[in-house]
Amino acid sequence: MENPENPQRFLTAAAAGMAGCRACGTVNAGGSRACACCGSPLHPAGPASLQRVWAWLAAGLIAYVPANIYPMLRTTTFGRSSENTLIGGIAELLSHGSYAVALIVFLASIVIPVSKFLAIGYLAVSVSRPSALGSHGRLVLYEVVEFIGRWSMIDVFVVAILTALVQLDFAAAVSPGMAAVSFALSVAFTMLAAQSFDPRLIWTAPSEILNEHP
Amino acid sequence: MNSEQLIACPVCDALHRDQKVPPHSVARCARCGTVLAAPKSGAMTRIAMLSLTALILLAAAASFPFLELKAQGLSHQASVLDAVLAFSKGPMAPLSLATGLLIVLLPAARYGALIYTLAPMALGWRPAPRAFAAYRWAERLKPWAMAEIFIIGVAVALVKVSGLAQVGLGPAFWAFAALLVVTILTDNAICRLTVWKTLKTRSAS
Repeated sequence: MENPENPQRFLTAAAAGMAGCRACGTVNAGGSRACACCGSPLHPAGPASLQRVWAWLAAGLIAYVPANIYPMLRTTTFGRSSENTLIGGIAELLSHGSYAVALIVFLASIVIPVSKFLAIGYLAVSVSRPSALGSHGRLVLYEVVEFIGRWSMIDVFVVAILTALVQLDFAAAVSPGMAAVSFALSVAFTMLAAQSFDPRLIWTAPSEILNEHP
Repeated sequence: MNSEQLIACPVCDALHRDQKVPPHSVARCARCGTVLAAPKSGAMTRIAMLSLTALILLAAAASFPFLELKAQGLSHQASVLDAVLAFSKGPMAPLSLATGLLIVLLPAARYGALIYTLAPMALGWRPAPRAFAAYRWAERLKPWAMAEIFIIGVAVALVKVSGLAQVGLGPAFWAFAALLVVTILTDNAICRLTVWKTLKTRSAS
């Protein structure tokens, strides 16, 4: 497929006064509110979408704090009760010698959430400022965040399965802790933050956005 | 130029002239490299069949025995429903609802919508009524359908308890494991813009 304009400067639907659909690629008349083909809502790529990104990101960060403080699991064996936080669970896996699983849990519950917060924040900041990473680099970052974000939910599912499975009356019983709820919320909020980010902003020069909204 | 002959890259908004792409070749956005068209012969049939397989596997996973734990003469069986209801006691109940949605209901809805939209395409028919809305929902549900993430969670949980007790794997476990493969195959077979284009041309004809 070739670009109707000259190959160096790409003509975008927005620059041509039209509205491209982010779901199906249909080019709609400028100012349309919903795509004529698929009915998806059409939003112009602007700083307004960044407000939603920041809002969801803040919500995700706030929910991540109790997820680390409160216990994720409560285990009762022969009347003795112990509570595990996210970090505590990883430490226990390490002490059992399950290094591979400890690594998976460490990645899913600490590394991925924290790097997701940083990556989304960086993407949102880099839109209005010249950034070290080029457009293509930032697109890769955006795609990685979109792809990997949902996998953090593993932790919540592990708690669900352990709770359902480990119910041996007096010998051993597991019940979920409040951190499961806040962790699930944190993952969902960060997914919404990533989904709110409009990748078309990556390709818009910072000056254009500033000119639009002085 | 008529806007119907144009296509806007869904990722970077660059305009491209919509051309006929021969089967088994891939058209990418000249600016950001996003796939704009990847027609494959029989792709609609493949996606529809994979979605049907996934629905059957989901139904099996939800109804057959899932896991059994044995230790010190005690045993406990858990179904997928038990895993969903794990949070149902006390203030965490909404999380049970969310878990049920994420691992069973939303994947089922997504595959149902895919079959509804793509089966008529595979058979060479016109799109079913409201097929466009159905496919839009199938795409919107995609990140929230987490059946394949659930089975990885099961694997992690099994390693956690394997040191303390014996675990028996039921048919539902294997159904979920197969679902992981089918989900990956389905996601690889779908080219979003090609599906939209097929829907558009079929409804116009």
